[in-house]
Amino acid sequence: MEAFTTHTGRAVPLRRSNVDTDQIIPAHWLKKVTRDGFEDGLFEAWRKDPSFILNQPERQGATVLVAGPDFGTGSSREHAVWALQNYGFKTVISSRFADIFRGNSLKNGLLTVVLPQETVDRLWELTEKDPAADITVDLVHRQVRADGIVAEFELDENARWRLLEGLDDISLTLQNEADIAAYEAGRPSFKPRTIEV
Amino acid sequence: MGRTLAEKVWDDHVVRRAEGEPDLLFIDLHLLHEVTSPQAFDGLRKNGRRVRRLDLTIATEDHNTPTLDIDKPIADPVSRTQLETLRKNCAEFGVRLHPLGDVEQGVVHVVGPQLGLTQPGMTVVCGDSHTSTHGAFGGLAFGIGTSQVEHVLATQTLPMARPKTMAITVDGELPEDVTAKDLILAIIARIGTGGGQGYVLEYRGAAIEKLSMEARMTICNMSIEAGARAGMIAPDQTTFDYLKGRPHAPRGEDWDAAVAYWKTLKSDEDAVFDAEVVIDAASLAPFVTWGTNPGQGAPLSSSVPDPASYEDPSERLAAEKALEYMGLTAGQALRDIKVDTVFVGSCTNGRIEDLRAAAAIVEGRKVADGVRMLVVPGSARVGLQAVEEGLDKVFKEAGAEWRHAGCSMCLGMNPDQLAPGERSASTSNRNFEGRQGKGGRTHLVSPQVAAATAVLGHLASPADLSDAPATAGV
Ligand code: SF4
Repeated sequence: MEAFTTHTGRAVPLRRSNVDTDQIIPAHWLKKVTRDGFEDGLFEAWRKDPSFILNQPERQGATVLVAGPDFGTGSSREHAVWALQNYGFKTVISSRFADIFRGNSLKNGLLTVVLPQETVDRLWELTEKDPAADITVDLVHRQVRADGIVAEFELDENARWRLLEGLDDISLTLQNEADIAAYEAGRPSFKPRTIEV
Repeated sequence: MGRTLAEKVWDDHVVRRAEGEPDLLFIDLHLLHEVTSPQAFDGLRKNGRRVRRLDLTIATEDHNTPTLDIDKPIADPVSRTQLETLRKNCAEFGVRLHPLGDVEQGVVHVVGPQLGLTQPGMTVVCGDSHTSTHGAFGGLAFGIGTSQVEHVLATQTLPMARPKTMAITVDGELPEDVTAKDLILAIIARIGTGGGQGYVLEYRGAAIEKLSMEARMTICNMSIEAGARAGMIAPDQTTFDYLKGRPHAPRGEDWDAAVAYWKTLKSDEDAVFDAEVVIDAASLAPFVTWGTNPGQGAPLSSSVPDPASYEDPSERLAAEKALEYMGLTAGQALRDIKVDTVFVGSCTNGRIEDLRAAAAIVEGRKVADGVRMLVVPGSARVGLQAVEEGLDKVFKEAGAEWRHAGCSMCLGMNPDQLAPGERSASTSNRNFEGRQGKGGRTHLVSPQVAAATAVLGHLASPADLSDAPATAGV
């Protein structure tokens, strides 16, 4: 996983609530068996509309998505995170993320930042008025900064450390091999098995 | 202090607990399907890892599989590649797989319970958000992303932050024409698509205790639509009776030991939930969605709401956009909404009871002109049982299409899709824009409402059929 420390970039204000993962990446894209090449599928249905914000020339190259509440609801597809990353987003700000999406994003180094809706509103206003306005998301200081806006955000210490270091969960877990083996030895015999081994 | 059911199951699976870290949980059952696993197997291969517990892992094919001509090669080359990738991965790593054509193939959440692999007190995961279904047996079951699929394959564990608990108590008795689907749609409309976020929901109360296992699965299935990763129901005699004799259910002494443990799996009297919602079952009625998220629903007897009636600006905007997408106007009676397609199936309502309920309503009647009705069993076994009971004939005689098992029209990944602008009454779980095919419009309904809608051509409940038999809707 790529480490995340601090990032500064231009924003895409997305004034929609309940953006589900079917909108972020429609099902037919899920047939791919790789983790890349999803950028053209990002918000595919909405991008057909020339007035959709992502299609605006001044939003090209933006890396910070400022979204409405309940972003990433629905399907567990990690492809939604890959699509956002493949397109170039480094971080998503919202007042509320769906749990699975949030977990997926943090595992892939896409930093999802929870800020109060008032702050999201201010970021929307700022970046709608001035598409060139930069937003800085600073994980070291847990701060979002933009013209006239400084907002602290929370992220649990463990998740933050993994992101800052770009650590792979599986290797970390495998350091606890002895604990896993001990747990396995104590499992009741009535628990089902899919095959005899 | 007492513990909730969720806390008990959680505690029983903690492999490692350390200050400032998420708990490391052991996973009892890992279900795989073709869509969310290829990149996980790739990860294993890249790192020279194996599947740690093949005996706790099982795979099937469901999302991409066609429901017609299943003996022919799959037409869409991309779908075919994905299925072939799963087959190759399962063969290479030694994972048990039930491919298309196998008698145990089907939607992953129908297959697990039906084999008796889903049992009380287990942790069950799958790279699919509707894994919450399995919580109906009193276990912790949640959907995970592909990185986590890889993690479970490699370690049989997951680091997880302890969720909060919410009790959803459904008191009283459901009216005769109200089903589990109506109940869960009403719950989601009440608490919202984000209302369960961060919680494990425990459904309890007199109305829940009376439900069959299949109805309980319908409820838990849609917990994710309320934002909750998991939903659960304490196991009881109904659960034990359902499991007894299933292929992977414990036998002999193991059965007794299992039941003794399962009986301890309920929230203690003095357990404290972080939140509680109380619903009066008697107040409910058949429920349908009008919008583009599962929280945008209303009683069938009501009308399309006016976006202006929402105080919250983002909800108002969402309602406006939903009406525009759905091609509906505020104030229009929901019963007046005409559909072109009816879909009975999916992991929400594709089990045998659902098919029986729909068949009872279309029996001796005809699907309305201009309406196509698709009936898709949730698994090949459910399909076989339905054929044994003659349900396939009932559907075909009514003019419905009887298909092979799979996710089918629940999502636009296989050939069963809505055309742009087409409108469906669907027993599935998501009415998102384009979910059933680009530009398609979805109304989520129960199997009973789906069947009555097929006959009348507009959203309707069995009671609307002029010659409604006294038992309709039960
Ligand atoms: S039936 Fe629908 S919701 Fe269920 S697993 Fe298949 S696609 Fe997902």
